[in-house]
Amino acid sequence: MEKATRFTLRVKITVVIFLVLFFLPIYTGLTDNGFYLDLVNRLMILAIAAASLNLILGHGGMISFGHAAYLGIGAYCVGIPAYYGVDNGPLQIFLAVAASGIFALITGAICLRTKGVYFIMITMAFTQMVFFGFVSVEEYGGDDGLVIDTRSNFGSFINIQDNINLYYFILISLIICLFLIHKITKSRFGLVIEGSRSNEQRMRSIGFDTYRYRLICYVIAGCICGYAGALLGNFTNFISPEMMDWAASGELIFMVILGGTGSLLGPVFGAAAFVILEEWLSSLTLYWHFIFGALLIMVVLFARGGISGIVTYLGNRKQ
Amino acid sequence: MTPILKISSLCKQFGGITATNNIDLNINEGEIHAVIGPNGAGKTTLISQLSGDLKADKGAILFQGDLITNMPSNKRSLLGIARTFQITSLMLDMSTLDNVALAVQAHSGHSYRFWQDARQDNQLIEPALYVLKQVGLLGPKDIITRELSHGEHRQLEIAMALATQPKLLLLDEPMAGMGGEETQKLIAILKRLKTGKTMILIEHDMNAVFSLADRITVMVYGEIIATGSPKEIRANQKVKAAYLGDEELQTC
Repeated sequence: MEKATRFTLRVKITVVIFLVLFFLPIYTGLTDNGFYLDLVNRLMILAIAAASLNLILGHGGMISFGHAAYLGIGAYCVGIPAYYGVDNGPLQIFLAVAASGIFALITGAICLRTKGVYFIMITMAFTQMVFFGFVSVEEYGGDDGLVIDTRSNFGSFINIQDNINLYYFILISLIICLFLIHKITKSRFGLVIEGSRSNEQRMRSIGFDTYRYRLICYVIAGCICGYAGALLGNFTNFISPEMMDWAASGELIFMVILGGTGSLLGPVFGAAAFVILEEWLSSLTLYWHFIFGALLIMVVLFARGGISGIVTYLGNRKQ
Repeated sequence: MTPILKISSLCKQFGGITATNNIDLNINEGEIHAVIGPNGAGKTTLISQLSGDLKADKGAILFQGDLITNMPSNKRSLLGIARTFQITSLMLDMSTLDNVALAVQAHSGHSYRFWQDARQDNQLIEPALYVLKQVGLLGPKDIITRELSHGEHRQLEIAMALATQPKLLLLDEPMAGMGGEETQKLIAILKRLKTGKTMILIEHDMNAVFSLADRITVMVYGEIIATGSPKEIRANQKVKAAYLGDEELQTC
């Protein structure tokens, strides 16, 4: 009974969110208010990135402080080909996912040999290397970044040059990514990842090569976030090293913790709260970062499960 | 009887402390071999070296004729060596069934399966339930492991090791911290499991040791001072002096 109520509140909220997301372009089209569309586009892209981070951070206990690297890599994989006049969408997406996967494989193979705070530091260090790498490449704008003239071209059937189409493209991407992550976390592979977070020594002791499984998980998360990066490049029409600044990685962690680690929709809640609060608070005061910080402390102190945990709590109380 | 495990000149040092010093020991197939000795005698170090959690400084371990001295613990598990931990080591934020099902999963092929729901997978659930039944933990199967009692934790320790279908079971103080009744229950469980399994049992509860063991090895300061049948160990003067004390022996 208790479980059933929790389920329904969760489902209700999910349905409402996706209904709103689905009909938002109609509303903004009627009121001619493109601002909200942009806001939600950014929100959904960050939700994909946060969901991929949640896969390693929430489920796997791998606290990566360098996850924004994949956002940057993905975006540059759209921007650099576009710079040379190559706007082939599938190719750009493939490049973004493959480059992110390779970067995750190489850095993960090294990072995952460390634990705790060393893991955090080394993931951050690798991302800073990429950051400074792109800062130093003058050809692609260096520090200033680069304007992308054309969005990815998926043929006439899916034309994301149109803002509404891009919006639905991102929305469907979000749904597919969440579904994939949901499947992975419930699978045999997902259980190994969860077990390795809980007690790695025991997992090895019962016969798992935990290092390899965690590495594969790290690569999967990187690929998904690289895909989000490709979307980000298309959305902003602009690439810059700032996308993979260490602060950007911190923001992704913020979203995951705010939304609730280890839950499927947590990162979506977190990204939504982040983007909306950022917009709202920064319009109120110049010192909005201060309120942000206080909020995170409150969540960590009083609501460990984040927004997702609060939803569960309310669901339980309602019955 | 043929030895399933051959240990020769096994050593381990922690800084200046010699935890195991030139251990030579053969474990026969099908026996319960108890290792006893005072605290700090190096019993747990020995188990950890056998399970692969600790690297040996020197010496060799042969399991069924294969040299496993430098093999990591996950590979040893796949060969058929399982251990339990003196200090409970479980996946505390997963359910009891999850813990055991994972142990089953580790031994049913690779886990690069990303699609099917593992918690609905009867190939994992059924063997896991069977093992839980064996150790009497079917009741709390859906409870998060953290919430279980100490005695249930100890039972789950054994269930996880059993679920890997080991040929050699290394039990590191399975009765640690248990009450009298729980200990009796566990002795009964281990007696039932005895057929077809070889066990190395570290235990301080002499009642359990003498009612279960076929042979006993006594360790003191990282060295073996005696190996023999329970009868021989009872009669051994060196053992009496070093560890057991006359009083305790008479009660057994």
